[in-house]
Amino acid sequence: MSILINRNSRVIVQGITGENGKFHTTQMLSYGTKVVGGVTPGKGGQSVEGVPVFNTVLDAVRKTDADTSIIFVPARFAPDAILESAESGIRLIVVITEGIVPSDMLKVKYSLRGKDVRIVGPNCPGVITAEECKVGIMPGYIHKKGSVGVISRSGTLTYEAVYQLTNLGIGETTCIGIGGDPIVGSSFVDLLELFKDDRETECVVMIGEIGGNAEEEAADYIARHFKKPVVSFIAGATAPPEKRMGHAGAIISGKKSTAQSKMEYLRSKGIRVVENPSMIGDTVWEILRKR
Amino acid sequence: MKIHEYQAKILFRDYQIPVPDGQMAKTPEDAKRIAESLGGNSFVVKAQIHAGGRGKAGGVKVVSKSDEVYDAANKIIGMRLVSKQTGPEGRLVKKVLVERGAAIRSEMYCAFLIDRSRERVSLVFSTAGGMDIEEVAEKQPEKIVKVAIDPVTGIQPFISRNIVFSLGLDSNLTSPLYNLLNNMYRLFVEKDLSLVEINPLVITENGELLAVDAKINVEDNALFRQKELSEMRDADEEDQRERIAHQFNLNYISLNGNIGCLVNGAGLAMATMDIIKYYGGEPANFLDVGGGANKQAITEGFKLILSDPKVKGILVNIFGGIVRCDVVAQSVIGAVSEMGITVPLVVRLEGTNSEQARELIKSSGIRLTYAKTMAEAAETIVKLAI
Repeated sequence: MSILINRNSRVIVQGITGENGKFHTTQMLSYGTKVVGGVTPGKGGQSVEGVPVFNTVLDAVRKTDADTSIIFVPARFAPDAILESAESGIRLIVVITEGIVPSDMLKVKYSLRGKDVRIVGPNCPGVITAEECKVGIMPGYIHKKGSVGVISRSGTLTYEAVYQLTNLGIGETTCIGIGGDPIVGSSFVDLLELFKDDRETECVVMIGEIGGNAEEEAADYIARHFKKPVVSFIAGATAPPEKRMGHAGAIISGKKSTAQSKMEYLRSKGIRVVENPSMIGDTVWEILRKR
Repeated sequence: MKIHEYQAKILFRDYQIPVPDGQMAKTPEDAKRIAESLGGNSFVVKAQIHAGGRGKAGGVKVVSKSDEVYDAANKIIGMRLVSKQTGPEGRLVKKVLVERGAAIRSEMYCAFLIDRSRERVSLVFSTAGGMDIEEVAEKQPEKIVKVAIDPVTGIQPFISRNIVFSLGLDSNLTSPLYNLLNNMYRLFVEKDLSLVEINPLVITENGELLAVDAKINVEDNALFRQKELSEMRDADEEDQRERIAHQFNLNYISLNGNIGCLVNGAGLAMATMDIIKYYGGEPANFLDVGGGANKQAITEGFKLILSDPKVKGILVNIFGGIVRCDVVAQSVIGAVSEMGITVPLVVRLEGTNSEQARELIKSSGIRLTYAKTMAEAAETIVKLAI
């Protein structure tokens, strides 16, 4: 088992004819992902890497039975692309695009509240279920089938953690980059709820960072409902206040969104917090060995 | 993006948010002229910089004659204002705002911001004005009202009534407060702001609302559709290295330590700073050269790092995923040999083709230390950077 995606997921790529869309379509196909279609308005009828291109998501879904979409379109067109997908029957929308206006994202989420559709991202590396399906831009080969779920606000830092797990022979179930923006489709809590019921996932690595309070909300959820061990690293202990650290959402505003206060809060809820990012894999190994 | 108070007040006027009469001046002569045209016997001269805490730092003066406005402006323009928000180096003041003084009965606080947790635009209102709102939230939470605004219905009259009656304000304020909230919310939404704050929002002796201060942050991602606001950017207020970085699509932030960092990805860049600190060192900067880490990005990154005289060593930490480590290694070798870097350099390249990368660097004859893990890299550079 796994969460969100597996070998049966049927994926379309929105923005498939762009440079990134094309490149990552190839990468996803070679990982084994069932990329069944692409969408670029005005380019319907063409094909990319043997994948048929459609003018609309509606058309793509009708002809391919797609259930999952990955979005590469530029920021100013992305909210429209998300809503189009949701309206056309796509159930999981993974948004890679960086630079979406947060208030636009608020409107998208408001519009989709209560509907049976899940967004991951924006500004994220995507989702991968090891050795089954990759809907994202992460390097596939660093992943290995195993027992750890990974949820992270970061990209390359996630790869770092995953690679540690893989090199130790532990491996992963599903890894999700939830995105570095202030408003994201899925939170840590949303995904912990799914990992809770996933039998193969024995432990979760949660990589947070400064800004907002998603980690604190996750800690509250874990303390109340999540019985599996969680190992966490929070990036940005050395970040100055009021500065955006690359990610739009990684900004310390006030006293509560610092790495220190997050680590303290997580520890107070019984979560294992690692301060040395090189030790994420070792810490998981130690915990799993004792079980 | 931040804008100045005087610019924020121009926007306030456009949106019928009441502000004191006044204008921006770049010279004491201009300041005096503005005071004379305003008339009256109470003036405020305020330093215009992108940082708070100006009053306590001596950047705000209240005077009663236009000659005194000249003197006050003369003192403030050209001064290096050091407030708790500017850092120890302070900020050079180039402009002042000259306004008519207000007769103040009481001070309040009003702001709109993106509430990440509730996923709404939220309104924060308090009767404790002129103070740090976080401190108020901590010590006198009963003086704060927070409302998450429904994006479809916006500001409704009940929101104003709830504020007036729950905070014990004069009920005559219900209607003017509703107008103020409505106008601020419209401004926030239409101009893609990430913050609009009035602190203090005052009730004058005449019982009217007046925005004595004005703070606006514009959402960077929305600048493409906010031309008028983009033009309000003041390059003088930005860190020069951060501005150059921006031109090359790099994310750079100056810090106070002596170990420069060059990393691909924002999260990994923060984690690299953190691990340097963990092993007893101090990072000199945050630098994310982007997931691709191409040669131009790496060269410009090195230039930025080395333009900081505090730097005594550099740590390069690249996780090559889609981008291959041997390609990154060639870029590093190219940049280092072109630039003649003399400070100790520790390089850690992990991911695709990291072995080939190690061989390339070894055979290039460049003086640097190759580390296998993040921990090893950080430990090594902390020892070398003295």
